[in-house]
Amino acid sequence: MIKIQGVYKSFDELEVLKGVDLDVKKGEVISVIGGSGSGKSTLLYCINGIEKIQQGNIIVDEIDVHAKGTNRDNLRQRLGMVFQQFNSFPHLTVLENASLAPRIVKKLKKKEAIEIAKEELNNVGLSDKFDEYPTRMSGGQQQRLAIARALAMKPEYMLFDEVTSALDPELVGEVLDTLRMLSDAGMTMICVTHEIAFAREVSDKIAFFHQGIIEELGTPEQVISNPQKETTQKFLSKVLH
Amino acid sequence: MGMSLFTPLSWNDSGFILTGVLNTVYISLVAITIGTVLGLAVGFLRAESNRVTNTLLGGVLDILRSVPLIIQLILFSTYIGAMGHPLNPFAAGSIVLSLYTMAFMGEVFRGGFESVPQSMVVAGRSLGMSYWQTVLYIRLPIGMRAVFPSWLGVALSVIKDSALVSVIGYMELLRTSEQLISRTQQPLEILLGVGLFYFIISYPLSLYGKYVERKMAI
Amino acid sequence: MEYVFHWNIVFQKMPQLLHGAFVTLHLSVSAMLIGIVIAVLLAIAKMSKSRIYSLPATIWVEIARNTPALFQIYMAYFGLGALGIHLSPYVAVLSALIFVNAGYLTETFRGGFQSIPETQYNASKSLGMSSIQVYRYIILPQMFRRIYHPMTNQFVWSILMSSLGILVGMNELSGETQRLQSLSFRTLEFFIVAAIMYFIITKFVLLSASLVSKKLFKGDI
Repeated sequence: MIKIQGVYKSFDELEVLKGVDLDVKKGEVISVIGGSGSGKSTLLYCINGIEKIQQGNIIVDEIDVHAKGTNRDNLRQRLGMVFQQFNSFPHLTVLENASLAPRIVKKLKKKEAIEIAKEELNNVGLSDKFDEYPTRMSGGQQQRLAIARALAMKPEYMLFDEVTSALDPELVGEVLDTLRMLSDAGMTMICVTHEIAFAREVSDKIAFFHQGIIEELGTPEQVISNPQKETTQKFLSKVLH
Repeated sequence: MGMSLFTPLSWNDSGFILTGVLNTVYISLVAITIGTVLGLAVGFLRAESNRVTNTLLGGVLDILRSVPLIIQLILFSTYIGAMGHPLNPFAAGSIVLSLYTMAFMGEVFRGGFESVPQSMVVAGRSLGMSYWQTVLYIRLPIGMRAVFPSWLGVALSVIKDSALVSVIGYMELLRTSEQLISRTQQPLEILLGVGLFYFIISYPLSLYGKYVERKMAI
Repeated sequence: MEYVFHWNIVFQKMPQLLHGAFVTLHLSVSAMLIGIVIAVLLAIAKMSKSRIYSLPATIWVEIARNTPALFQIYMAYFGLGALGIHLSPYVAVLSALIFVNAGYLTETFRGGFQSIPETQYNASKSLGMSSIQVYRYIILPQMFRRIYHPMTNQFVWSILMSSLGILVGMNELSGETQRLQSLSFRTLEFFIVAAIMYFIITKFVLLSASLVSKKLFKGDI
């Protein structure tokens, strides 16, 4: 379980998160929607400790992410993350991309790491690309590789940061399919996304972010079909029409 | 040597010439290796460190790049001689040439490290890699690939610059040929041979560098 | 062992050292200017479709880039001497530097020219400009921005490499330093001062070049 309690985060003068509370239970899929610059991506970076926070707590499976003694490298093995830019490692083949972290972080034997990587690559439909270099693949394929690369670490949670935003429209579908498959398999996921229709379909809960706080939180029916706050209504009418 | 003062070039000289060739190759390899290792360290420090360290380090490298190599060689060998610890020409030449190489390699590698997007490093951290693992597995290989043609360019210029170590008495190719010239009085033949040697080493490598550069540009 | 520095003798010889520095500048400026003129011709020849023009240019460029400068100087001084062409040390070093500068700058110019996309030419033509106007107002100004920094670096290289004059007894800064120290045996002092002078000269050149570039190229770069 991830518990986010009263989190404040600022970059110098700029306050990005102004008191965020959110609970994510095992097996839940939560989508975070909202305008750009509302702080939704920053929240993901704070959850896995890449960004520091100024106030509040983030607890992942009883571990306080931002406490002094926390080994965040260990913690991040539980938290897979996929980014807007694919960030595939250009000097490694697809198989090496997915097996590197299991090998050097988890210290698995090379054979074992490759076994796991192959399995995850198969799941995202890249079984024919093992020896390909990512720079020769489409954005959709690279993004699926990024997902498989994160899954190969056998994380408990997956964080998705606008993973379809940098894709050509015709490639969005294949990546969303992969996310659907994951949610069907019971993965706990936090998705920052602009794909409202997708969010409504797969999410257990939807959080609407506005100016650094969660304005509205609830089931897709509550937040998208029947929003209570004026800011939520405004945002939805802008993106849905 | 009661014969004539000048004797023409003969096959007997091939061993002497070969020594010169090998010595040129040898000192170049030493300087390129040490210069690359030190350059990596220096380039990494410059890419990572704060302003103060950076300015200091940059200043030292700047001096090494802005004073002619020949002056550096003379100064260093005179200095250690005056301090009472003379080194043989090979050792003194290797030290100066390696540091000189480091100064250029440092800038090359700094550019390499800085060319790796931060997001790539963050992706590595998100997989649980430590800071040093991201340096070793992500920044180093990606950055080094990006600057390989420049690295090769510096390495080639070091091979050519190694000719200058002759001024402190190292018997590299140009100095052996100089001695042969004064004995044989056949400067043209000998010098053309020397030029050909450098060309044969340098030209194919420079073609390879261009090829890699073109391939990377696509 | 303790080495005692004596600086007085160096300061007494300052006028000669400064004269050496002047010769160094004179030499490298000349090598640069003549090198640029030749490089322009070589670049045009190298881009020619006819091998009669492009091959000699290619040979020049590759020899200049793939052999040591010291070799070029020896060729000019001892090698040509064997053919009965006796050059003074100044002319020998100058011709070697010109040879190398021209070789490197040819590639710089060619690369700069080829980096301007053809669409720029077509776009200008479509506005009704003549070919000369296209070059004068569109191609050459863009090209100049791209070759400016490589040219500055080549100039600095010329200054540093002119120090090889020491090996053929020239009177530029290094040769002069060598001569003066041999009269007094204050080798370290003289060469330290020479090193400082080289540093100042190259820094001065780079600094002025960057100031000029800020004036010339506003906005981008």
